[in-house]
Amino acid sequence: MSESIKTIGIIGAGKVSIVLAQLAIKAGYKVLIAGSGDPQKIALTVSVLVPGAEALTSAEVAEQSDLVILAIPLGRYKELPKHELKGRLVIDAMNYWWEIDGDRPDLTGSDISSSEVVQQFLSEARVVKAFNHIGYHDLHNETRPIGSPDRKGIAIAGDNSEDVKEVAEVVNTLGFDPLVIGKLSDGSKLQPGGAVFGSHVNAETLKQMIDNFVIIE
Amino acid sequence: MTDKEIAKIQFGLDSFGDIPVDEDGKLFTHAEAIRQVVKEAVLADKLGIDVIALGEHHRPDFSISSPETVLAGIATVTKNIKLASGVTVLSSDDPVRVFERFSTLDALSNGRAQVILGRGSFTESFPLFGYEMTDYETLFEEKIELFSKLLKEEPVTWEGTMRAPLVDADVFPKTESGHLQTMVGVGGSPQSVVRAAHYGFPLMLAIIGGSPDRFVPYIDLYKRAAKEFGTEAHPVGMHSPGFIADTDKEARDIAWPAHKANFDRIGKTRGWTPMKRDHFIDEVENGSLYIGSVETVAQKIAKAIKTLKVERFDLVYGGGPMAASARLKMVQLYGEKVIPRVREILAEK
Repeated sequence: MSESIKTIGIIGAGKVSIVLAQLAIKAGYKVLIAGSGDPQKIALTVSVLVPGAEALTSAEVAEQSDLVILAIPLGRYKELPKHELKGRLVIDAMNYWWEIDGDRPDLTGSDISSSEVVQQFLSEARVVKAFNHIGYHDLHNETRPIGSPDRKGIAIAGDNSEDVKEVAEVVNTLGFDPLVIGKLSDGSKLQPGGAVFGSHVNAETLKQMIDNFVIIE
Repeated sequence: MTDKEIAKIQFGLDSFGDIPVDEDGKLFTHAEAIRQVVKEAVLADKLGIDVIALGEHHRPDFSISSPETVLAGIATVTKNIKLASGVTVLSSDDPVRVFERFSTLDALSNGRAQVILGRGSFTESFPLFGYEMTDYETLFEEKIELFSKLLKEEPVTWEGTMRAPLVDADVFPKTESGHLQTMVGVGGSPQSVVRAAHYGFPLMLAIIGGSPDRFVPYIDLYKRAAKEFGTEAHPVGMHSPGFIADTDKEARDIAWPAHKANFDRIGKTRGWTPMKRDHFIDEVENGSLYIGSVETVAQKIAKAIKTLKVERFDLVYGGGPMAASARLKMVQLYGEKVIPRVREILAEK
């Protein structure tokens, strides 16, 4: 477990958030979770589904965590506590999902990855993309100890190598082999329609899928 | 489990009206696909299967957009089988009309109607009926509240933001029992589980991937939330996809191409990578695909029932372009062999 990261904050209290929170608790981190609005609304859910985690407001989660995972519907990214996330290491686990977000040309431009949109908004946070390409039930079922032959890979994209390294360690601690694929702009390969979206495969296969990916129109 | 507990367990079949193929591999028309479901429901009724649930979709690969109309057809040619939707997309429907249509179905079927309300995992109905996706949460929240009031079958006064208000509105036909059976279908969103508990609705879990044991805490959440709200925590049900044939190999060989076609077609619009055979096998062996011989499927269903302590198990059958004859045979095997075998396994010490 990382020396510098002891508390993981999760903004969002849906399916993905709950699974990530469960994995983080299992891995020994202190876990803080925020839903939308009053933490009281998710207090029971958190206490039953993620015993040991604490429900707070998103601003409190941002302030009190060493690393913050974003897992709200992407279309609402402007509701994130921008001020409190200043300077923080942030994992963007969100995806543009038209069935939830509606028609949003601002999130689907072909020249910019959705994590870059998030980074532009959280201009002073350190955004790294991870955990977005694997389905939540695979995330739940596929954790394995380090060195297991059937361990699955999680792809990571980010601009700062130190930040990426820290995220890779968290991915590893949570039960997956980290695979660094490049800059935040490369994160588009992990998005819906990209090389590996929906995949839960080992890191080697993940790499091959990304290297060999050709967009078929 | 005790005999009494086992006797309480209900077994169902669920369909979205997938388009089957004939012996030459030619796809049925939508009309033929709907009549195929009626044929399967009639057989299921003869075999004593407890319930058939039909889900609402508005896309070319599923023929059923109006479950209660198909159920009304089934009502007049069956005797005992319960007739459920699975789900009715309440967010893009009018709760008053939903009540009217299902209480009508209840009349036609002598009290066999069952509404399973849900948000649905598809959203085609939103643009089709003029709703905004951004109102997703509010629409469901308001409409489930109104629907729960309508279920009392007394004049309703209600006001919200998504629908015209009602003042002392009485809605007909009334049911004979005074209670239209209603459940909430949930795919794993904790908020939806809490909401079902809030209104005191029974919970139907859609478990379509991964191992079912991860839902154990969700059932606990449902019970704890009901306690907190002072509502009744009802028995919980589950539904999962599957297919049964004479041998494991035959079942996998028939189900794999159909399942892949289904998954990849939907995945294309959602940006998923195509399904791989080893993922399919993994779901069959460890996850939520109940595919195999009578014994394999019965063991797997019994295990899920014991793990989650559910009182209802629905098998979503005939997913993807599958031969109509294979589907009919599956219904036969399910009713005649799998269900009795599951009961047998549950009775073992």
